[in-house]
Amino acid sequence: MRVSISRLVALAAALILVLAACGDDDAGGDPTAVDCAPGETDGNLNFYNWSEYMDPDLITAFETEYGVDVVESFYESNEAMLSQIQAGVAYDLIVPSDYMVKIMIEEELAFALDKEALTNYGNLAEEFRTQPYDPTGDYSVAYQYGTTGLGVNLELVGDNFVPSWALVFDPELTSQFAGGVSLLNDPRETMGAALYYLGYSINDTTLEHLEEAADVIREARAGIAAFDSDQYDENLANGEVAVAHGYSGNMIVAIGEVENPDNFTYVLPEEGATLWIDNMVIPTVSTAPCTAHTFIDFILDAENGAQLTNWNYYGTPNEASLPFVEQEVVDFYAATLEADTEVIEDTGDYEINFTDLFTEANG
Amino acid sequence: MSAVAGIRPKSPAERLLATNSWLVFVFFYAPILVLVVFSFNANDNVGIWTEPSLRWYREVFQDQAVLNALKNSVIVAAISTVVSTILGTMAALSLERFRFRGQKLYDGLLYLPIIIPEVTMAVMLLLFFAQGFQWLDSTVGWSPSFGLGTISLSHIAFNISFVTVVVRARLGQLDPRLEEAAADLYASRWQAFRRVTLPLIMPGVLGGALLALTISLDDVVITNFVAGPGSTTLPVYVFGLVRRGVTPLINAVSVVMLGASMVLVAVSFGFQRNPRSRVQSSSRS
Repeated sequence: MRVSISRLVALAAALILVLAACGDDDAGGDPTAVDCAPGETDGNLNFYNWSEYMDPDLITAFETEYGVDVVESFYESNEAMLSQIQAGVAYDLIVPSDYMVKIMIEEELAFALDKEALTNYGNLAEEFRTQPYDPTGDYSVAYQYGTTGLGVNLELVGDNFVPSWALVFDPELTSQFAGGVSLLNDPRETMGAALYYLGYSINDTTLEHLEEAADVIREARAGIAAFDSDQYDENLANGEVAVAHGYSGNMIVAIGEVENPDNFTYVLPEEGATLWIDNMVIPTVSTAPCTAHTFIDFILDAENGAQLTNWNYYGTPNEASLPFVEQEVVDFYAATLEADTEVIEDTGDYEINFTDLFTEANG
Repeated sequence: MSAVAGIRPKSPAERLLATNSWLVFVFFYAPILVLVVFSFNANDNVGIWTEPSLRWYREVFQDQAVLNALKNSVIVAAISTVVSTILGTMAALSLERFRFRGQKLYDGLLYLPIIIPEVTMAVMLLLFFAQGFQWLDSTVGWSPSFGLGTISLSHIAFNISFVTVVVRARLGQLDPRLEEAAADLYASRWQAFRRVTLPLIMPGVLGGALLALTISLDDVVITNFVAGPGSTTLPVYVFGLVRRGVTPLINAVSVVMLGASMVLVAVSFGFQRNPRSRVQSSSRS
């Protein structure tokens, strides 16, 4: 359901693109270049972000320090945000996810950042400066990240387990767990997990490999209590499932709330796990690109970055901020940088195979 | 309606039906009850009960972003409900009481916003505003920007259809001879409308207005597309929250909205029950 809607939205976005291209009349020069000085402001900031993702106190601090107003608006899907940017709604700073950054760069919707205005750029961890979706790192600055892994109830699974996708896919193993395991109801994530288990890449586009992955899920079905993307964190915390496949952001909250957090752990399987990164991007429709640069630089500051992480509990790409981040969050994400992680890439027309085979396998 | 309620179920079939209707009520309202109960939960997780607390209500009323979104929702819902109720009632009257050229076409087109997928409508509206603003900018050198205005206009656009459908159903049941009688008694067209037609179709108009209000308060897809800086509405905000997992904050927000709509329904019932309109509706039966 969610997939079909996002497909429709993507289609709609494509339509806008075609229509917008018709009325294009570039006035010469590179439309994606901008020149800003450190700390320069050129107007109020229209900040377009996901809900509950930015600490309001940071916004107030920025407003006081630089004497500009920040108006924060919220979106709930990358695709709807893209459509708005394509239609020319003047936002100055947006926070698209990885694959969306690639699309925006290709469509020339993003400013090439003026790195000289970003005095705190060095605080960004090396791993996050360039990514497949922005190979030069010129258009985006990582905002926060998260992973998809396994939440484990140690009372039901025991302390001696190998962090592997076998925890959810090996029927001999899962049949010993009281309550069984839960997998995300998401074609890319769950088929991707099976691909990892088989030793392939999550972005593998060989159909035979994908069919093997579907077989893995089919054969594991006896031990799978549910394909569930909404309640898995609670079911794990309640002890209803022994192992839950899910997102780090939900796991850290769920594990933090139970009476005995030591009974639970979150692991990234050794075969590999999914990493997602949200990024700060300045759209070319911005009327205050320099204020946006200053804001990015403000977030890249070590203490501000830490305040952000302590507020939203996601992983931070801001290496210099780690000493100021709550130890619990640092520990939770510490394994990420050593683990084998991959970012989900848009496979275009091949995407439908993930959905089709997943629907057959989990039915 | 009131006549039926007086009859006690007698035969087993009737008893079965009565049981069934109670089960339907349970099916409808049990989830809402659960939602309300868990909004008073102290825990971070929606489904784990720890102890009663008002923590999430405090968070709702301290969260500036939620309050702004709530304010935007209320503004848009109020504007779009009032305007679409007036325009929708006028459209219903014109279709039921008059004959004009192109009426069939108009009639058909009116249902379009109900039939076409929401995403399609959202993109059409977005393109319409974008192109329109571009054109305005190139001709007069000024254009409005996306925001509460564009959201309100979009909500009016689809709400007119819903109001018209509801009001038309009421008008269809209305005996046209009542208006003719009023005309016979020297009432002007306006007086006949004001004193006879409008009071009689009032339940339909109010029903249409409530429907418009609900749809406006609910809308995510279209609002998401035509919003502008600073105009995020509550449903869009709540949808975004779900990405992070459902917290009881959403329960608390929902209970606040539920309470508000119950007050509205109660007010509209009270309005329909005032003595004057009762006399008029009983004169009909």
